[in-house]
Amino acid sequence: MSSTITTIDDDNNDVWGGGNKPFNSSYGKLMMWFFIVSDALTFAGFLSAYGFSRFKNMDSWPIADEVFTHFPFLHGIDAPMYYVALMTFVLIFSSVTMVLAVDAGHHMQKGKVAFYMLLTIIGGAIFVGSQAWEWSNFIRGEYGAVETKGGQIYQFQSLETGKRIALHDFAVEIPSERVQHESKNGVWYIGEGSLPSYTTQEVISGFVADSDIVIKTEKIDKNGHKIILSREESLNKITQAVNVVEGANLINNEYGNRLFADFFFFITGFHGFHVLSGVIINIIIFFNVLVGTYERRGHYEMVEKVGLYWHFVDLVWVFVFTFFYLV
Amino acid sequence: MENSTHKLEIFRGLVKFKSNTSKIWAVLFFLSVVTIVEVALGIIKPEVLIVNSFLSMKLINWIFIILTIVKAYYIMWDFMHMRDEVRGLQFSVIVTLSFLIAYLAFILLVEGNYIFDVMYEGFVSWNF
Repeated sequence: MSSTITTIDDDNNDVWGGGNKPFNSSYGKLMMWFFIVSDALTFAGFLSAYGFSRFKNMDSWPIADEVFTHFPFLHGIDAPMYYVALMTFVLIFSSVTMVLAVDAGHHMQKGKVAFYMLLTIIGGAIFVGSQAWEWSNFIRGEYGAVETKGGQIYQFQSLETGKRIALHDFAVEIPSERVQHESKNGVWYIGEGSLPSYTTQEVISGFVADSDIVIKTEKIDKNGHKIILSREESLNKITQAVNVVEGANLINNEYGNRLFADFFFFITGFHGFHVLSGVIINIIIFFNVLVGTYERRGHYEMVEKVGLYWHFVDLVWVFVFTFFYLV
Repeated sequence: MENSTHKLEIFRGLVKFKSNTSKIWAVLFFLSVVTIVEVALGIIKPEVLIVNSFLSMKLINWIFIILTIVKAYYIMWDFMHMRDEVRGLQFSVIVTLSFLIAYLAFILLVEGNYIFDVMYEGFVSWNF
């Protein structure tokens, strides 16, 4: 590999300043590859940790299809994964406009580079917005659930239709005084977030009163479906409920295992942060293109470097999509 | 800059393109098809692919992971222009990543599985 050998009597003697080209690649692009490799390892660490927790809770991990069922403007319609698939397309498409910008840069077409950069920025912004929407749905939750002392989540489902039932559909109102435990009262290190809409007692009473409701447990059967208890078993188990859980936060979530929401926030959040910084860098480069910085410099390599980063973000999403939503 | 030095063929020379732009569109088309297949499989979940497994992983998950790696290859090779780089750069990125990631995933997944077994077969009930 002659290209990797460094000799002092090259055209330029600037061995340490990034002057010569190992791997026939420019200094900047090579450094971007260094960054990408290390960042890829970071994401690999996160996804492997996710895999670890998932293998550890193999028989009770939430099923992504049952969690991510929302699509904008389609309320109450079960649309598993369509929205994430759409987000994936948006990101892949913005990757394509980025390559087209790089390609236009090779031909020194300033107008085209700017146009494609703009499309890329728009695509990235749509993706970040979609992710924010996904997060807000995830945090707000839809049906609500109860949590047992051991941290298991019980969801509710209609015996007749087999559809999930939300807490507000059956919980009874029991007039009582409810006080939020704030850390300034009593033991200083124990606080409480905002109170759920119903007390555990209200949910339990409502559950006992309505003979149509059964419990959907966390456990998964051999065919990958959640195990649904019979009415008798449900009546037995409901007494173990200690908490009402609505939506998701870092402590518990209505979808199942506590770690599920943590990994969701952490991995998609870290990826979303990459997309956000990618959009910001793209905007900077976009304005540099507009004012003609690279035209004066004689090449559009900066577009190529930021392009590498942008494709990498897309690449990571492909993996996150598979391991979080599909597998 | 490496003008006009793009390698304009994909699928091991099966498909050749006249310009880099048309190659990019073709790769987009290919990636879209793969994604649609993945999503369709994820929604339909064919019984055959779920019940049967190979090396203790469901067939459907094998398909997802293989298709993901295929997508990753084309994103890296054509969008990130890895196809046009010298061998040395290709190898120093790919070998490093695939070795370290495979190692990390192997260790963590085996360990996760072991802890599952311990909790499953142990006499202590963890989820009460």
